[in-house]
Amino acid sequence: MATIRLSVNGKARIVDTEPQRPLLEVLREDLGLTGTKYGCGEGQCGSCTVLLDGKPAFSCVTAVRAAEGCQIVTIEGLAADGTLHPVQQAFLDEGAVQCGYCTPGMVLKTVALLDNHPQPTDAQIVDGLNGNLCRCSDYARIMAAVRRAAAATGKKG
Amino acid sequence: MSTVNQSTVNRREFLELAGAGLLIVAAAPLSDAQRGGGAGTLETRLHIGEDGAITVLSGKIEEGQGALTELAMAAAEELRVPLDRVRMVMGDTDQTPNDGGTAGSGTTPRTAPLVRRAAAAARSLLLAAAGRQFGQPVDAAARLEVVDGAVLYGGKKYGYADLARSPELAAAYKEALPAGTTVTPAKDWQLLGKPQARLDLRELVTGAHRFPSDIVRPGMLYGRVLRPPSYGATLDSVDLSEARKMPGVTAVRDGGFVACAAPTTLAARKALAAISATAQWKAVEQPSSDDLFGYLKQHAKPQERPQAQVRGSVEKGLAEARTRLKASYQVPYVQHAPMEPRAAVAEWQNGRLTVWTGTSNPASVRQQLAETFGVAPDRVRVLVPHFGGGFGGKHTGEAATEAALLAKEAGHPVAVQWTRAEEFMWAYFRPAALIEIEAGLDAANTISAWDIANYNSGASALDTPYRIRHTRARFIASDPPLRQSSYRVLAATANNFAREAFTDELAEAAGKDPLEFRLSHLDNERLKNVLNAAAQRFGWVERRKKRRPGTGIGLACGTEKNSVVAACCEVEVDRASGVPRLIEVVQAFECGAILNPANLRSQVEGCIMMGAGPALREEILFKDGKLTNARFAAYRVPRFRDVPKLEIILLDRKDLESAGAGETPIIVIAPAIANAVFDATGKRVRSMPIRAPRG
Repeated sequence: MATIRLSVNGKARIVDTEPQRPLLEVLREDLGLTGTKYGCGEGQCGSCTVLLDGKPAFSCVTAVRAAEGCQIVTIEGLAADGTLHPVQQAFLDEGAVQCGYCTPGMVLKTVALLDNHPQPTDAQIVDGLNGNLCRCSDYARIMAAVRRAAAATGKKG
Repeated sequence: MSTVNQSTVNRREFLELAGAGLLIVAAAPLSDAQRGGGAGTLETRLHIGEDGAITVLSGKIEEGQGALTELAMAAAEELRVPLDRVRMVMGDTDQTPNDGGTAGSGTTPRTAPLVRRAAAAARSLLLAAAGRQFGQPVDAAARLEVVDGAVLYGGKKYGYADLARSPELAAAYKEALPAGTTVTPAKDWQLLGKPQARLDLRELVTGAHRFPSDIVRPGMLYGRVLRPPSYGATLDSVDLSEARKMPGVTAVRDGGFVACAAPTTLAARKALAAISATAQWKAVEQPSSDDLFGYLKQHAKPQERPQAQVRGSVEKGLAEARTRLKASYQVPYVQHAPMEPRAAVAEWQNGRLTVWTGTSNPASVRQQLAETFGVAPDRVRVLVPHFGGGFGGKHTGEAATEAALLAKEAGHPVAVQWTRAEEFMWAYFRPAALIEIEAGLDAANTISAWDIANYNSGASALDTPYRIRHTRARFIASDPPLRQSSYRVLAATANNFAREAFTDELAEAAGKDPLEFRLSHLDNERLKNVLNAAAQRFGWVERRKKRRPGTGIGLACGTEKNSVVAACCEVEVDRASGVPRLIEVVQAFECGAILNPANLRSQVEGCIMMGAGPALREEILFKDGKLTNARFAAYRVPRFRDVPKLEIILLDRKDLESAGAGETPIIVIAPAIANAVFDATGKRVRSMPIRAPRG
């Protein structure tokens, strides 16, 4: 057991836990942040995606110790004061959600993608999101949501 | 306990949960699919709160297919209220009527009409009550109108909140629905038939929604189950003592079932590892996917459940045919692999069991739990939160039983979520299919005889939609080597793959264009319409004349569950890997009067992409009772990289009953690809996943 100091969605959180425990399980079981999902446990589906210092990471294969000192953002940390993040709004407006289990990971991966490529080409969207699975296979709609988010944030910028 | 008492208890509890107000009892006769809940069946369908809030109840569940929004739209349409006035309660055996399982595209044709009739009856009550309030005689009330949830008359307003507070109407509400209740015809719809955003999206994009695997209860433990190392292996011995020494761990053995629960998932994994290290198993010989299709044929049971559809005499037809062709088609086992593996939370309190789980059959899971634990069904409550995908793969309640057993032993609520590896290996599979077809062409080069047999996978869409004088369609059961059950649209995918691929072979033998050949054999106008619509938009006739090296085009059509679909596609063939790449798909679909075009488009796009998985890559491999590719890294499902140019044509037939649409749009992509690969390579493809000749 170790005392781990985390910064999650801008808040300091202290957990006493095994340092090798997956960040996913600490977020869900210790911190009550169930928006981050278990999908495969080996970084092959992206359901567990969180942002570590702005970069997407598979929280299922990230030891909680490794996230110490990072700014962790989960899906719960995106909307500010009830206002959806533009990427969330784009997914909602585009209806790019079926069962929605992959959605938190897709949204966070898109946030990171648009950070790197504010106006991504389709090839960049595919490259950026290809590690995230949607078994409802709503990929075309998700790509449309990414384009919509890029257009919305581009206008603001 | 009598049905009446139980029903009373449940309604009282419902009132506590939903707030004071009046109940409208929808006592429309239940169809076959809706029976099965036995004594637990509730009839409560619609609740109007004193604040005018409207709650619609359905035993159907939401798993991303859009049932929640569709049923809310159905109610709002008939009540004449804005969509956001309607709240849905679904899949809760204590609160909702047993609408049967959510399967077979049944919500649209069977449940939506029940909701519409109940809502229309409520509107009639509102009109009658308003008429009395405004001193209008009953027949004059027919001239009153509900607009935005209220009746306006002489500057006064009477709405659903007034109706809910009107005590003299309570008795009327509790009566059976009037038999003559009519619903709004499709041509007059204000809300149905127009694209509506799903009502549940905000919670999903913010991560606020609690899926079954996200449910947390006070003192809850995390459970893990010991699985055999191979199919059919039996447990000789196991020692739970080391695990039981671990802090907070409960370990249980019940015959061959061994499981543990611990304060965290990590602690549960460690306890399970300690248990697993002591387990002694006895393995048994198991078949392998290498000889799967031979196995299915060898183990065929033609005498069991014989199902044959026959027209004319297929023997005579084949004997008289000028040209005879024969081929067999193979479709391997595939897994649903929903993003959320099976999950359940179980809690026992005072001999009552409450379970939250992702299943499409809450009523039968409740029954199963009651039987397993020897309690009356009304002591068991199953709640189904919107869950993370099923595709026909979650008709059962394995995780619910496992969690309930652990929770009983631990004296704490227990959550069980299957790992991805468990979901691959222990969830049931889509049945593999061996399909044999023989057909004959007559002197006019039309199909005169057609004999098709499906081994093992099922009879859905097995009969041909083409006009053929002599046909026989047989489903022959086998002894399946893997646990198999339903998958989106059942065997219709396999049967359409075989029929549509073979139809192209016949077209070639007849020297006809595949489109022209099909149209000349079709009487079904709806099917012809979608085929023509897809072909025209795709530019089939023009593109058949232009050849691009390394690419090919193909088409296919089919009908199932009272809807029709056709697709044209273009593929590019990679000669090195043999894996075709889907470049473009144009698909036309028609399912009667469209209820929500926005959601329908999602379902059709999702079906095409999901169907492209088994068509191009998915195949469960097994040997010695183990899966050899039970990981997303090895079992390749569709990804963003696979998305082609997609065009969807939705034909709206307001003159036809609405049919369900979450399944049939999946059935034509595989044969369209197979036919396109032939077009590109000149080689016929008769098995999935589809591979072009290499080199």
